[in-house]
Formats: sequence, C-alpha cells, structure tokens
Amino acid sequence: MRSLRGASALVGVADDASPTGELQDSGRALEARMISEALEDAGLSLADVDGVCHAGSSMGLAEYLGIHPRFTDSTNTGGSSYEVHVEHAAAAIASGLCDVVIGVYASTPRSDRKRGGGFRGGPGMMMGPNPMAEWEMPYGLRMPMGPYAIAATRHMSQYGTTSEQLAQIAVSTRQWATMNPKARYQEPLTIEEVLASPMQTSPLHLLDCCLVTDGAGAFVMTSAERARDLARPPIFVLGAGTCHDHSMISEMPDLTVTPGAISGANAFAMAGVKAGDVDLLMGYDSFTITALLHLEDLGFCAKGEGGPFVEDGKTAPGGSLPMNTNGGGLSYTHPGMYGMFLLVEAVRQLRGECGARQVDGAEVAVAHGSGMVLSCMSTIVMGTEATL
Amino acid sequence: MSQTTEDKPKARRFEPPVSATTQDFWDATRDKRFLVQWCTDCQKAIFFPREVCPSCLGSSLEWKESTGRGQVYSFTIEHRPQNPNLEGPYTVALIDLEEGVRMMSNVIDCDPDQVSVGMPVGIAWEPLSDGRHLPMFAPTGNPTATGGDR
Repeated sequence: MRSLRGASALVGVADDASPTGELQDSGRALEARMISEALEDAGLSLADVDGVCHAGSSMGLAEYLGIHPRFTDSTNTGGSSYEVHVEHAAAAIASGLCDVVIGVYASTPRSDRKRGGGFRGGPGMMMGPNPMAEWEMPYGLRMPMGPYAIAATRHMSQYGTTSEQLAQIAVSTRQWATMNPKARYQEPLTIEEVLASPMQTSPLHLLDCCLVTDGAGAFVMTSAERARDLARPPIFVLGAGTCHDHSMISEMPDLTVTPGAISGANAFAMAGVKAGDVDLLMGYDSFTITALLHLEDLGFCAKGEGGPFVEDGKTAPGGSLPMNTNGGGLSYTHPGMYGMFLLVEAVRQLRGECGARQVDGAEVAVAHGSGMVLSCMSTIVMGTEATL
Repeated sequence: MSQTTEDKPKARRFEPPVSATTQDFWDATRDKRFLVQWCTDCQKAIFFPREVCPSCLGSSLEWKESTGRGQVYSFTIEHRPQNPNLEGPYTVALIDLEEGVRMMSNVIDCDPDQVSVGMPVGIAWEPLSDGRHLPMFAPTGNPTATGGDR
C-alpha cells in the first residue's frame, strides 16, 4: 500500500459549542461560519478550495457555497465520518486529485428540540432500508445507548470491569473539561456522583452517557508543500485507517472487540508509531465504555485491562495518556456525530494552542472516531513537523 | 415480573414489517414455529434471514425449524424505554442460538435482575396484533414461569 504519511496536513480548524449547550445559528449558516473560520485559521480563502467533504450531501454544501470541487466525499459512517473524510482527503491530495479540501459538520439538536422542529441542520444517520426494523426495533432497545450497554455488560462479565472503572473515565474527562471555557459541564465530578446518577440502560448511568448539545466544526487540509507556506504550523497526517464490521449491534461479532483493532493497527503502522509514542488520544467517547474499548483496541493496554488501566487517572490531566482534553463528548459537547471535535482538538494541542489544558510538548496525536453502534472505526494519526 | 404478555393493548410495541424474503419466517410464527435459515452449500445457519448466504453469496437457502434453545450472550436492562407503551425495567438481550447464530430478543418470565451472561434460555412467544408472534426467550428449567404465551 502506498503510504499517505506526511503527504498532507491539517492546516485550519474551527469549532463552536457553548456552556448553555445551544448555539444561535444552525444548518448551512452554521456550516458556512465554521468553514469561514477554518479557512481564516489556515490563511486560505474559499477560492482555494477544490475538495469538499460532508456527511450529508457534499453536493448540497458546494452548491450553497457556490464552489465547484473536483473532489467530493459524502461518506456517512456516523460519528466517525470526519476521520474517514480526513483519510479520503489525505489520499486524494497525495494522488493529486485535488489541492485544498474542506470538511464541515453542524448539528443543533438541543435548539431544534426547543424550536419544536425536530432534527435540523445535521446529516441524518439512518438511511435506506434497514433490517433493524424487523430484527431489533420490536425489542425496545433504547438507542443509541442500548447497544453500548450490552457491550458494557459483556465486557464486565468477561473481564470483571466495574461500574467504578467506567465512571473513572467520566471523572477524568471532566477534569479536562474544567479547563475548557466552552464546555457544557465544567464542575469537577466524582465517581460517586456518576454511580448515583439515574440508571438509563444498565449498566450505564446518565453520567456514563454523552451530552446532547449544539455544536459545529470544520477542518481544512492541503498538501504538505503548500501547508508550509500557510498561517499556522501544519499538522501532518501520518497515518489513517478505517474498518467496519456491522451496522446493527446484534451483528457485531465480538462485543468486546471493535473494528478499531484493525483501523488503529493500520493507521499506526502507516504512521510508524507505537502506542507508547502517542502524546494525546482523542478517542470518541459517546459513552464511557466506548472510550474504554478504544484504549484496548488501539493497544494502550491489553484486551480486558481497560478498567484497571484508567483506575489511577492515567487519562486525566497529569496522567501518562491524556485523553479527550477538550472534555470529550461526555462533558464538552456532543451534537450527534462528534468525530469532528476529535480532529479539531488534536490539531490545536499539537499546535500548542490549548492554554490551561495544553499537553506539554505534544508531538503525536490520535483522533479515533467511532460511528453508529461501535460499527465503523476510523483512526487518524497526526504529528508536528518534528515527527516527519 | 417486568414483562408479561397478558392484558396488554395490541400493538403496544413496534411490530416488525414483513418482507418477501422473510414471509415464511413470519408465517411460521403464527403456529409458534421458529425457523432459522440455512445455506445448503455451507451447511451454516444464517441470521438475520436474507436473499444470499453471507459466507458464499449462494442463493441455495432453506428454512429449518430451530431447537429454540440458546444462551444469553449479553444484555441490558432498560429502565427508561423510548417507546412510551413499554414499561421498564425489562431485559433486552443478544441470544446465541444452538445453531450458531445470534439474535436480539427480550428475556421474559424472569426478573431482569436474575438475567446473567451465559444463562440458558428457550423460545417463548409474544402475540403480535396480526396473528404473528414475536420470538422471545425465557429461562429454561423454570417450571413456575407464567405469562409467556408458549
């Protein structure tokens, strides 16, 4: 396989969220604002853009912006869509299909609910005919948390993982959120508070679950050569990998092993890094169990040892593996398909822009997206110029 | 007892649609017969039923009556159902059937707190509003079980 290592870079990022959980704008207007901010961050303009990624319709977005891209990607793998978009954009740039690619996401479920208009402004996640109606929906499994709960039960039964260990992930993540002024929740959290929060679908408590907030973000990518002439230090794509193995939870082969074991291994191999080289993990935390599975599948600890691994705060500020330093989907923001925020935070950390929550000397970061119900994993390894 | 099948309004749950491919499966549930699809070439059971075998893409498929026995692979207890017609807590489980396939179902006739990974279960049926039945599972070797329409 031809390597994408160092051929392209993330050169502009933007995101928005609010402690109220709500944003003023929505839909295309919010997407356009994110794109504008990301392009400004990069020192580029819309006229430079010749590639578009959007998990709903890249054609609709390009039409709205009045641009005529020669690379287009409307892939929707749920929350991991944006890592997949970076992978595809990196390949397109490396092969000369295009030069400057934008990707964007905006979703405002919280405001939409208040306005009474249902879900607006975010790409849909359930499209086309679906055997789920016949084989899962009759049984009253709560979505999306039910499938993750079933995975957690299995992990507990097979490996002795405890609710306290899962709660520690929420607690460590909240510690990071206390240093993000845009985070929905910024007050410290205890394991006892997580365990005392209402049981939703066992064994997941309310505080094992991500937020439902408005949020949006965008990225700009270009070739390594062009990236070096731009406004910010380029953050290079070192490796990328994607894998999916089911769409319904009842079809997942082993509920304790996600396809991240494959996407991660491939991305790490392309990047030439090992788990020990990673300074920052942005691991999709739709639920505490989701993040725990990433730690195992990406090789930060052995399979089944995620619980003991997180117990002493390894993923918290000051720990050996900073994870979800923006406060994550658990405490920062989660508008439904959260993967964009993994990329944005990873880039900002590697640039050294994160203020109080900055990870000192971060050179290698991993953005690991999870889509649908542990279905599609996509791993992006990125690094500073020093890592090339 | 979290979930019984008596005295409930019809169509309280989401009722599964029937496709051309699954017509035989659902018709058999009218007689409380539980069919599993098999590939005659691979000699492997297939679930969910489909048009081709997911191992060989062949279309030489047949229905065989299942033993209806299996065990709980994993589960969750729903405390706050999305469907307002359902009353929690109840158990949603993945069942590994003896035939080597897995399906989602509910474990009924059993306090949710008594359900465990590896628990042996057998087929039970809940009536649907159109004469079909929805396959569910109950602990086996439980002579005091009530409420399951079996």
